[in-house]
Amino acid sequence: MSERKIRVLVAKPGLDGHDRGAKVVARALRDAGMEVIYTGLRQTPEMVAEAALQEDVDAVGLSILSGAHMALVPRVLELLKANGQEHVKVFLGGIIPDEDVPRLVELGVVGVYGPGTLTDEIIRDVRRAVADAAAA
Amino acid sequence: MDLIASVLEGNRLSLARLLTQIENGTVEGRTALDALYPFTGGAHLVGVTGAPGTGKSSLVNTLARLYRNPPQADVPRRVGVVAVDPSSPFTGGAILGDRVRMRDLAGDPGVFIRSMASRGMLGGLAAATVSMVLALDAAGFEVILIETVGAGQAEVDIARLAHTTLGVEAPGLGDEIQAIKAGILEIADILVVNKADRPGVENTERALRGMLQLAHPTARVGSPHHGQADITSPAGDPAAKAPAEAPFWQPPILRTVATEGIGVDELYQEIARHRQYLVESGEWERRERARLQSELDMLLQAVLVSRWRQTVPQEAYQGVVDQLVRRDISPWQAVETLLDGHP
Repeated sequence: MSERKIRVLVAKPGLDGHDRGAKVVARALRDAGMEVIYTGLRQTPEMVAEAALQEDVDAVGLSILSGAHMALVPRVLELLKANGQEHVKVFLGGIIPDEDVPRLVELGVVGVYGPGTLTDEIIRDVRRAVADAAAA
Repeated sequence: MDLIASVLEGNRLSLARLLTQIENGTVEGRTALDALYPFTGGAHLVGVTGAPGTGKSSLVNTLARLYRNPPQADVPRRVGVVAVDPSSPFTGGAILGDRVRMRDLAGDPGVFIRSMASRGMLGGLAAATVSMVLALDAAGFEVILIETVGAGQAEVDIARLAHTTLGVEAPGLGDEIQAIKAGILEIADILVVNKADRPGVENTERALRGMLQLAHPTARVGSPHHGQADITSPAGDPAAKAPAEAPFWQPPILRTVATEGIGVDELYQEIARHRQYLVESGEWERRERARLQSELDMLLQAVLVSRWRQTVPQEAYQGVVDQLVRRDISPWQAVETLLDGHP
């Protein structure tokens, strides 16, 4: 009965209502055998961090198409750390300008995925990052 | 022991981690449960079951909010939520989406919501749900709302676990013949017709009422609540514990619109009334005993099988399977061969 499933929170912080991408990714991760907690639209960073804590997830996928990623993502990372969840891997998808990516990676985002990303790539990266965290 | 003390003190991260250990069936999780078990037994376990799309998650959301901000002079209760969603039978993955409807509960330290995948179990709950509920109980949550997989007719495990089971219906989902089949309707202590602002609500309610009148009242009180074949206890035992003079609980039928909060106050009151009925009639103790016994039976079966398997060489076991495949022996003969050691 002892089994280890990767648990991922897929959340949409901020105010844009475009959740197609988040749903596609959630479904792809499910089909890869992961347990995906889907929280729906218009989450605050506080709500995302709280859900990540209660669900004890290995990774968080954020989808942001509003342009507010430079405000929302650092706040989520900060709250995860404050809650003692610095081991949780954070991924980001949506409309993220190239020039913002280095700063986000520096802050601790593991992967940034724009339109046209293959879901296989995301699955591979999540698996690898979670395995690294478990080995560490 | 750190983890245990921390959970008892109310540390949420420790609780979350413990729940993962329990869900994954690790030794650490089991050891922690051993230590936490004496601290359990205080919570009112309320099951919420019903077909997919009847509004179970919304109802849990509104009920939990009410327990946090109770009407009249009631004291606020700390609320734990365990929400089970199905695992894919093909990939083992799952999308757990019950939190989408529970966003009103965010930011309240008196609420803890945990989603879990059914991981192949078919009874509407997951194998570890019972243990996860124990952990929340030990952590001091006074009301624990357990939402099952969207279920219909056979997924009745929840009635074995919960003190009070809500059967949630919605208008337009089935005709009268659905209502007289066995299953969810028989195990519900309170029937809820949610989405009661939709057309057809009178028909749904009438069908439920008709079904309740058909049911033989005394049969309901006397039978083992969970309807599972009770192998180990002597026949007639459960009936002996439910004396004829015990007050009879007739499941009420309530109309709600969970998303608007309509009818939820009444539901809250009925749940309290059911709890009071359980305690005063002695049914609370009877259900606790029946539940713990059936959990013990299941655990015994699992442990006995796995211990026994360790004593049988893999070759001998596969040899018997070969005989089965060749139709040399029947499955019953195979069991005899394996257990008694002669073909």
